Amino acid sequence: MIIDFVPLWTLILGAAVFFYVLLDGFDLGVGILYAFAPDRAARNLIMNSIAPVWDGNETWLVLGSVGLLAAFPLAFAIIIPAIYFPILVMLLALVFRGVAFEFHFRDAAHVTFWDHAFSIGSLVATFAQGIVLGAFIQGFAVEGRAFVGSSFDCFTPFSIFTGFALIFGYGLLGAGWLILKTEGELQITSRRQGRWCFIAVLIAIAVASLWTPFMDADISQRWFSWPNIAYLSPIPIITFAIAVFEWRSLNNRSEIAPFIGAIGLFLMSYLGIAISLFPMIVPHHFTLWQAASSPDTQAFLIVGTMFLLPVILMYSAWSYWVFRGKVRADIGYH
Amino acid sequence: MHLGHLDPLILSRLQFAWVIALHILLPAFTVGLASFIAVLEGIHFFTKREIYFRISVFWTKIFAISFGMGVVSGIVMPFQFGTNWSRYADATANVLSPLFAYEGLTAFFLEASFLGVLLFGRHLVPRWAHFVAALMVALGTLISTFWILSANSWMQTPAGFKILDGRFFPTDWLAIIFNPSFPYRFGHNVVGFYITTGFVVIAVAAYFIRRKMFVEESRIMFSMTLWLLTLLIPLQIVLGDLHGLNTLKYQPTKLSAIEAHWTPEKRAPLILFAIPDEKNEINHAVIEIPLLGSLILAHDLNGEVPGLKQWSADQRPPVAIPFFAFRIMVGFGVMMLGIIIMSLWLRFRHRLFDTPWFLSLCQYAAPIGFLTVLAGWVTTEVGRQPWTVYGLLRTAHSVSPSLTGSDVLLSLIGYMLVYLIIFPFGIMLMARIVRNGPSEVAKKEPIEGGQPSSPVVTPPEYTHHDN
Repeated sequence: MIIDFVPLWTLILGAAVFFYVLLDGFDLGVGILYAFAPDRAARNLIMNSIAPVWDGNETWLVLGSVGLLAAFPLAFAIIIPAIYFPILVMLLALVFRGVAFEFHFRDAAHVTFWDHAFSIGSLVATFAQGIVLGAFIQGFAVEGRAFVGSSFDCFTPFSIFTGFALIFGYGLLGAGWLILKTEGELQITSRRQGRWCFIAVLIAIAVASLWTPFMDADISQRWFSWPNIAYLSPIPIITFAIAVFEWRSLNNRSEIAPFIGAIGLFLMSYLGIAISLFPMIVPHHFTLWQAASSPDTQAFLIVGTMFLLPVILMYSAWSYWVFRGKVRADIGYH
Repeated sequence: MHLGHLDPLILSRLQFAWVIALHILLPAFTVGLASFIAVLEGIHFFTKREIYFRISVFWTKIFAISFGMGVVSGIVMPFQFGTNWSRYADATANVLSPLFAYEGLTAFFLEASFLGVLLFGRHLVPRWAHFVAALMVALGTLISTFWILSANSWMQTPAGFKILDGRFFPTDWLAIIFNPSFPYRFGHNVVGFYITTGFVVIAVAAYFIRRKMFVEESRIMFSMTLWLLTLLIPLQIVLGDLHGLNTLKYQPTKLSAIEAHWTPEKRAPLILFAIPDEKNEINHAVIEIPLLGSLILAHDLNGEVPGLKQWSADQRPPVAIPFFAFRIMVGFGVMMLGIIIMSLWLRFRHRLFDTPWFLSLCQYAAPIGFLTVLAGWVTTEVGRQPWTVYGLLRTAHSVSPSLTGSDVLLSLIGYMLVYLIIFPFGIMLMARIVRNGPSEVAKKEPIEGGQPSSPVVTPPEYTHHDN
């Protein structure tokens, strides 16, 4: 008897990608907001708030890409070459931004250069990820088991739109993180930036919710046919409720709620995309089951993953716990 | 030349060679350095001797930069399989992808989570936990090496699979992971990485000793690392020999290219130098030692050594590149052995720390391990050609079909530009830490780990808090 591991792998990979979006999302967002910090002290605080954790956050990107290769290799082999340039640009931007952490503190003479590398690298990597998202939703030209379009197909008005949308989305997550980790003037600034990002995110969610069904008859059918429209109505309703919660917490004194609310908005958008596309992993061409790796491969990997993933979550949480609390300047032991 | 005539295959190969050659320099250094730091932290933890702590703090700063560069250049790697080698990914994923995934699950998270604590957490966690963090980072680098070399070895000596519709499917996971060349490649690489780090450590120590700074610490580093190299370099020669025998058995075309042997023969000579002529299938300007080829390769004077003419030209790797790269690797290995023998002689005469020419020699030998690793890597990877999976999947059939030459030219230029900024900068900053090294360690004010106003990325220095 062969057990069908595809649903489990879909959940695991879905969770891994979502973790990546949240974790690197907030630290890329922090990188974007870094450009607007008033002075050197504020910039140091902002960078210090993510210095011990960014490496672990980015590891989820490796797990996401390798996980896609392992669980749904056909999707990997079609999608990744189709987004050749956004991937290239994202990787190069992540290289710049990653080394900026160390180089920035070591290289006082070029500190503004590495400041820019950090914030522009974060911005460009985010934009590139947004283009990947848009291109993925739109789908790719496929023949047989390969992508056959041009490497520039992925640049469309819709993908450019999702690129900008993600900048504000990560900005909102980053602002939430900074509200949590800072205090005083910097926290007030972060709340203000969070509000601007929130407004842009809200508009982006609304536009995307109308644009995608308009663009794609299958997606329109999925959401607006009866009885789906009734079953799926909680999605927009809950999203709206979270939006109200987020706006209120950005405006009151709550320190953790803005971050939680931002996570909630990401989760609802993520679910929305999943509902739109399920069960396709290469939209219009291959389902999760068609793109899945062999049962032997999935079984071999599930054994270790079920054991290792909880352990990873535990020590990742421990490393966050070690660096808990506010990042503060000029505090010593005495 | 019109852009349309650019070959995406050649350019993709150049791009992969570029990103992996520069990436491998970092693990070649950080695998050894992580273990070195763990050992120093361990000695400090158990003996409470401050001097080991000071050495560890110094190397941890260099580790932070090199590890960060290794992480970002490493994230690039798995994406290469998708962007440029999608047909390879489609064909091999069922077998190889779990190895990559297990690398992430068992190694990358371990390294990343405990690295933060190692670098910034000295004052936030108990001392034993900090030592455990150092151990976990070191363990992570070794586990990562295990999985990635297992995957690499499977491409060299595939095992434990069946082929259906032009794709590989697993039949025996143990045979896949512990494929025939893996134990040798793993041993040879890890020892090579440790040696690479060792030569950097003795180079820095020699530099300090010559300048009479950080002297007490540097003597410890110099002496203990030279002892380690005294063990590792002979071990590496044995491992290399075993790896060679393994290659003879499983990858005879690679071995023939390395040796530039065109015709199979018994009582074969060892070719020291030649200019291989692939068109006419002959060598020019040959310098050779009779019989030694059979003796080394088959461990038998009458042993048969294969020749490239046994295979049609489209089954052979390029000859000149593996031939010369192998000789460069062995040449550097002989130089390392020479340095070790000199160190033993000087130690015996109690002149190890005050022989200026030897200290200079050690200082300038800093890059020798990196060059040897690269030469070895080129030998084994070019020698695998024209295959990505030896004998089964051609490199030409592995590349992404959608790519045009200009696509890959653009990306190659991008990777070259960015790496040409990042790598010299990183090396410069590490060199600066070396130049300021000991004084910086001495001068640092106490700061609270994780919460200082500036360099949090600088490992907080150890301080006494007597209150």
